[in-house]
Amino acid sequence: MYNFEYRRAQSVAEAAKLIKEADDGKILAGGMTLIPTLKQRLAQPSDLIDIGKIAELKGISVSGKTLTIKAMTRHFDVHSSPEVKKAIPALAVLAGGIGDPSVRHRGTIGGSTANADPAADYPAGIVGLGATIETNKRKIAADDFFTGLFETALEPGELIIAVHFPIPDKAGYLKFAHLASGYATCGVMVSKTGNQVRVGVTGAGPNAFRVPEMEAALAKTFTPDAIANIKYPADELLSDMHASAEYRAHLVTVIAKRAVAAALA
Amino acid sequence: MAKISMTVNGKTVSGDVEPRTLLVQFIREHLGMTGTHVGCDTSQCGACNVHYNGEAVKSCTILAVQADGSDVVTIEGLAKPDGTLHPMQAAFREYHGLQCGYCTPGMVMVAVDIARRLPCADEATVREELYGNICRCTGYQGIVEAVMAGSEAMQTGVLPLKDHH
Ligand SMILES: Cc1cc2nc3c(=O)[nH]c(=O)nc-3n(C[C@H](O)[C@H](O)[C@H](O)COP(=O)(O)OP(=O)(O)OC[C@H]3O[C@@H](n4cnc5c(N)ncnc54)[C@H](O)[C@@H]3O)c2cc1C
Ligand code: FES
Ligand code: FES
Repeated sequence: MYNFEYRRAQSVAEAAKLIKEADDGKILAGGMTLIPTLKQRLAQPSDLIDIGKIAELKGISVSGKTLTIKAMTRHFDVHSSPEVKKAIPALAVLAGGIGDPSVRHRGTIGGSTANADPAADYPAGIVGLGATIETNKRKIAADDFFTGLFETALEPGELIIAVHFPIPDKAGYLKFAHLASGYATCGVMVSKTGNQVRVGVTGAGPNAFRVPEMEAALAKTFTPDAIANIKYPADELLSDMHASAEYRAHLVTVIAKRAVAAALA
Repeated sequence: MAKISMTVNGKTVSGDVEPRTLLVQFIREHLGMTGTHVGCDTSQCGACNVHYNGEAVKSCTILAVQADGSDVVTIEGLAKPDGTLHPMQAAFREYHGLQCGYCTPGMVMVAVDIARRLPCADEATVREELYGNICRCTGYQGIVEAVMAGSEAMQTGVLPLKDHH
């Protein structure tokens, strides 16, 4: 690991100030992605600004039809939260399937969202549930947030404060996990609110995306069979040693069907 | 350099570390406690698990400066001062939950964490919870049996013995 300056921020305002002052500063949340990256010398930030002790960034709450999860809330907390299990059980399932218990004890929703790994679980949840990302500057809709491979709408130094999830009538999440890494080769969050349906897919493309054709079919008939013959075009998907684009396209349909079944269960 | 202090196995320790020092390096190289192992450099093997404020974490994926002010327990902190093994350690011995022993410190720390969180976990759950601990030797069967027996012993105070036939 290259050396860096370490600063612990006590508030969001202080974190924003420290990151602005640094030459090439990076936010340190749970460190479950950033520290392995530093260990491999794949990044060389001048400063790490640790937001792990900022109390205003932790917590889960429900207000009306919205579930709010603050940025520094860990996967473990989301998985075991009675509020999440009651409001959006599929999100508790999603968080409980990330990595292993030790990763879930450290990794956070804010870090996972900001990192925008193409195979991460939360992006499917955010897109499939139509969440809103609140930063220290503005609110960003899920559909505008994930812009490419590891790319988001966040500006340099912009901090995620919380993710707001509208509470659906039904939702289901399922992933086809890569056996060695546990990340999603394909993961799908399906949600239904009134007659509005959203299908959010991770793992298959460079960033999480929706499948409008499936959404329209499911809005008419919310059953796995309704989307059995809908194929996502393979030429927009990733192809690597783990899965070809054609195989991922196949998985999108299979996993989406299972996610619908999970939502109905 | 940064001055840090924390509680390790009940004792207050302090040190002067570079910000890039990992918690596992602080434990092994600064404190000289080599029970906590490093089995990979990708945060995937789980050999380095310790209890951090009461929860299993990978000490290779947390900076020593982040752990300033925390309460850490390593494998050395599990047995009683007179050498009596922790029920989970006794279970690993009884059920052949180890061969070379390299993964064992991390396995045992995670096993204790699982037993505390999920005291009645069934075999499938134990296997799922051990996902982040890789063992090159045992094939896991003995480990899973040890975790279930150790978990029972932590609750009842009695370790069910293995049927050796
Ligand atoms: C062994 C292992 C297995 C894993 N398996 C999975 C898996 O199956 N599925 C999955 O989805 N993930 C997986 N992960 C990744 C894990 O979920 C990470 O926790 C997550 O990707 C990053 O969250 P973090 O809090 O650890 O962030 P960090 O590593 O601290 O930061 C990640 C990035 O986000 C930035 N950042 C962090 N917080 C904020 C914020 N509030 N505002 C703006 N920027 C911020 C940082 O600057 C950094 O660039 C795994 C990780 C490991 C080590
Ligand atoms: S050494 Fe920490 S996970 Fe392998
Ligand atoms: S006992 Fe040898 S690695 Fe597990």
